[in-house]
Amino acid sequence: MSDVVLEIKALTRRFGLFTAVDALTLSVNAGEVFGLLGSNGAGKTTTIKMLVTLLPPTTGEALVAGFSITSQSVGVRRAIGYVPQAVSVDGSLTGYENLLIFAKLYDIPHREQKTRIREALEFMGLTADGGRMVGEYSGGMVRRLEIAQATLHRPRVLFLDEPTVGLDPIARDAVWKHLMDLRTDYGTTLFFTTHYLEEAESHCDRIAIMRQGKVDALGTCKELEASLGDGHTLNEVFVHYAGGIMDSGGNFRSVSAERATAQRLG
Amino acid sequence: MNAAFLYPLTRFIEKTFVITEFELRKLRHDFTELITRALQPALWLLIFGQVFSRGGAMHTGDIPYLDFIAPGILAQSVLFVAIFYGINVIWERDLGIVQKFLASPAPRSALVLGKGFSAGIRSLSQTVIVYSLSLLLGVKLNWSPLALLNVLVIVVLAATLFSTFSLVIACIVKTRERFMGVGQVLTMPLFFASNAIYPTSIMPGWLRTVSHFNPLTYVVDALRTTMLANGTSVFGLGLDYSVILVTTTILVLLGARLYPRLAS
Repeated sequence: MSDVVLEIKALTRRFGLFTAVDALTLSVNAGEVFGLLGSNGAGKTTTIKMLVTLLPPTTGEALVAGFSITSQSVGVRRAIGYVPQAVSVDGSLTGYENLLIFAKLYDIPHREQKTRIREALEFMGLTADGGRMVGEYSGGMVRRLEIAQATLHRPRVLFLDEPTVGLDPIARDAVWKHLMDLRTDYGTTLFFTTHYLEEAESHCDRIAIMRQGKVDALGTCKELEASLGDGHTLNEVFVHYAGGIMDSGGNFRSVSAERATAQRLG
Repeated sequence: MNAAFLYPLTRFIEKTFVITEFELRKLRHDFTELITRALQPALWLLIFGQVFSRGGAMHTGDIPYLDFIAPGILAQSVLFVAIFYGINVIWERDLGIVQKFLASPAPRSALVLGKGFSAGIRSLSQTVIVYSLSLLLGVKLNWSPLALLNVLVIVVLAATLFSTFSLVIACIVKTRERFMGVGQVLTMPLFFASNAIYPTSIMPGWLRTVSHFNPLTYVVDALRTTMLANGTSVFGLGLDYSVILVTTTILVLLGARLYPRLAS
């Protein structure tokens, strides 16, 4: 029996008449790397926001590490790490200070804080930069610091919203190397959204493709490619299930936020 | 049993101070803000205060006009800086910082009060400025340690109150443009419908009534009582403190309710 760490049951979120996430149901196993794909406005970010308890669902339920997102939100927050799409570390503090504040907020015992932070900096390849102001970091370093910050308390599930948006290919590779190390060393489950198909292909155990708030396809990359018949690429799978990219939504605010993030990191 | 009951409270206090600590650490890296805060009260005391104190343009009873407005200008400068505190929260929302804090297990009321309290401590720099200028201008100050302690506590509480009010506004309007507009609209009535630069006794009846619902009035009254050598209170220090503390508590609870709106 594999250990289910994330169970989503008919999760729904409406904004007025618009249904952003429509009766989403899926489960993720412990230690799995799970990618949520879909075009802009498909409901990926809304899904993640509900799972990390930032947005209450309209109806439906999800269990994260055994805690209900609707009735045990503090339990959920203790069990997870969250790296939002936008920059979430403070540029006017040092890398070390950014980690220290979260060590304190997550109740890491005082005598362990220093060791834990040093390990986290080392793990993310930032040992030499801990004392520098984050405002001077490169985009890739910022992302790695954010991941260090979100995993300081050893969460069982790490949620990442577009973790590599705005990064050059070398920085992206470094981020992914560290993420996969987290899984290997600590058994952390990774649940992330992305636009980059090749990332999904090379790192995910399974992916789900969302369209208009629903999961249209779910499985390993190989399974999804095979589902269209022989010789199809993941790109064709994506276009088939996500329904083309041209007609997609994504409002002005989300698009400008994404570009702003890319600009800050790039 | 008792310890289990107290745990949420000690946790709340602990997390509040964590937030405050890190807000203040940012100051250590860039303290230009503390200097710019000094300019406004200096202008009000040196120009406005000097002009209106000539020839008894304002009737302030037994105390000279400059003495009368020194505590008022301190309260005003605290208000003017604190009322725009919410812009930081909107900035943190445009980045992803608010989202990450809200996804942490820290109590949301502690996130709100911690920020407000840090604004309170920052405003102590204005107290130093207003005291220095008052000394230069010959205002008769009360230098007893108890009076000074009271002034510090009142200033910190007042800045906490108004910066939390600002945070509540930020949670409602959510964007910088709207926030700046609302901030301007709120500052002036709060300032002029108070006893900061003239006694409420010269106000028309309706405005005097309004001023009694304005927390700034009680801040000024408390400061006037404790800061001046021969200051007298209109409402009594007990009522002043009660109004300030109750208003702050209500705003923190309201802020804790509204703060998650910034992440959704």
